[in-house]
Amino acid sequence: MSSNNGHGGHSRYSAWSLVRHGLTPKSGWPRAWREHDLESSYDAVIIGGGVHGLATAYYLARDHGMRKVAVLDKAYIGSGGSGRNTAILRSNYLTPEGVRFYDRSVKLYEHLAADLNYNVMFSQRGHLTLAHNDSSLRTMHWRTEVNKLQGVDSSVIGPDEIKKLVPYLDTSADTRYPILGALYHPPGGIVRHDAVVWGYARGADAHGVHIHQQTEVTGIDVSHGRVTGVQTNRGPISTPVVLNATAGWATLISDMAGVSMPVQTFPLQAAVTEPVRPFLDTVVVSGTLHVYVSQTDRGELVFGASVDPFASYSMRGSLEFTEGIAGHVLELMPALHRMKLLRQWAGLCDMTPDYSPIMGPTPVEGFYVDVGWGTYGFKAGPVSGEAMAATLASGKPPEIISAFGLDRFTDGRLVGEKGAAAVGH
Amino acid sequence: MMLLPCPWCGPRNATEFRYVGEAGPRPDPASTTPEEWRRYLFMHANPCGPVKETWYHRAGCRRYLAVERDTATNEVRSAVDSATGVAR
Repeated sequence: MSSNNGHGGHSRYSAWSLVRHGLTPKSGWPRAWREHDLESSYDAVIIGGGVHGLATAYYLARDHGMRKVAVLDKAYIGSGGSGRNTAILRSNYLTPEGVRFYDRSVKLYEHLAADLNYNVMFSQRGHLTLAHNDSSLRTMHWRTEVNKLQGVDSSVIGPDEIKKLVPYLDTSADTRYPILGALYHPPGGIVRHDAVVWGYARGADAHGVHIHQQTEVTGIDVSHGRVTGVQTNRGPISTPVVLNATAGWATLISDMAGVSMPVQTFPLQAAVTEPVRPFLDTVVVSGTLHVYVSQTDRGELVFGASVDPFASYSMRGSLEFTEGIAGHVLELMPALHRMKLLRQWAGLCDMTPDYSPIMGPTPVEGFYVDVGWGTYGFKAGPVSGEAMAATLASGKPPEIISAFGLDRFTDGRLVGEKGAAAVGH
Repeated sequence: MMLLPCPWCGPRNATEFRYVGEAGPRPDPASTTPEEWRRYLFMHANPCGPVKETWYHRAGCRRYLAVERDTATNEVRSAVDSATGVAR
């Protein structure tokens, strides 16, 4: 390892280091983060090495001075939802609680590359949610007003302006689902999701966090109503604080601590095409057609859909999805009829009854959850990490997530985000 | 593609059905407490493995079916008519 130079035990990435490594044969980049032996006790154990778990560990170590923290992942970091989402960021939600929360996340993403000294390639290219009927247009106006009140840049634009932003979009009136308008959200965009995961892993590691891959939690020890440790395939760990930061396994992990979850797990499929020259520099979403499209910096088109129509833990792709997404994309952009799909995949989405996440303490003391992230977890990674770190350090959730507690399902204070959280609901 | 063996129509693609959700008794709204009612509304077992659930054959016989399915593999173990118990 190189000497300490302001970023823990790591060498800093810079234009100069790029040139130096490029010109020096066999110089070798240092590892971005280190492997450690599994210790028998930690101050906090975070289950799930995705963006939520790693960001929580990073802020816990950096802002709250908690260094003896372990992040456990049963596979490798970023192998779950963090590597399977379509990397879209936005904050144009429907409820004031939701807008405030996701806006904080976008703000953190704006400075993330500098904070982490890791290029996450956040491209704020603008985000369009199309309205194909009067009721969606009404919801777009509603969201615009809520957004403006929270200081978030959103507006409703008409077909002419849409056509200027996305010339390939079929905005004519004689289509099956004519485009009547769109919610335009300039701060929205896409980011490189693997870089976010690795940036947080590197940052957490530099602050002393232990990241353990291939470490599957098989049980959670609870004694007299409080957490005492976790069992893993590599041995037991004693700890007073456990965070469930998994997506797809929210129920199964919480069950180990005896905490029931208002969650159902659905697969969500996505697909990517062969790369073509840049022609699409905004994110285009259609709720009516259950599709969202963006073009990566490499030129591939990334397509996402709504969740599969039934609950499942299977991540197999289906022909129905491929047929559906192709038809819907062509309805929007007929010029793409000769594009070829390269691959498709699925990720698991833990859906909650109100389409908002579940964050904070549980009836078991020391056992916290950051779950129920449905189809919107990746964009909330930084703010969730910041808020969950504060929760773990103090035992009390900060104001920004106080609306998202598990207890809202027993006293009926739901945060309904169905109209803005995902497509096709 | 997932086939569901409908007791009336034979094996059909899952897209013909509406997934209703996990099967379980509905508490009596007149006598239940708000806590029990909310637990019934919101909480799910959500297991990774065999689960008993309800499906509705909307593009077929329009009957409600009691289905046993493995959520890890989507293998359907049985499907019977919810009301009559008729199996294929």
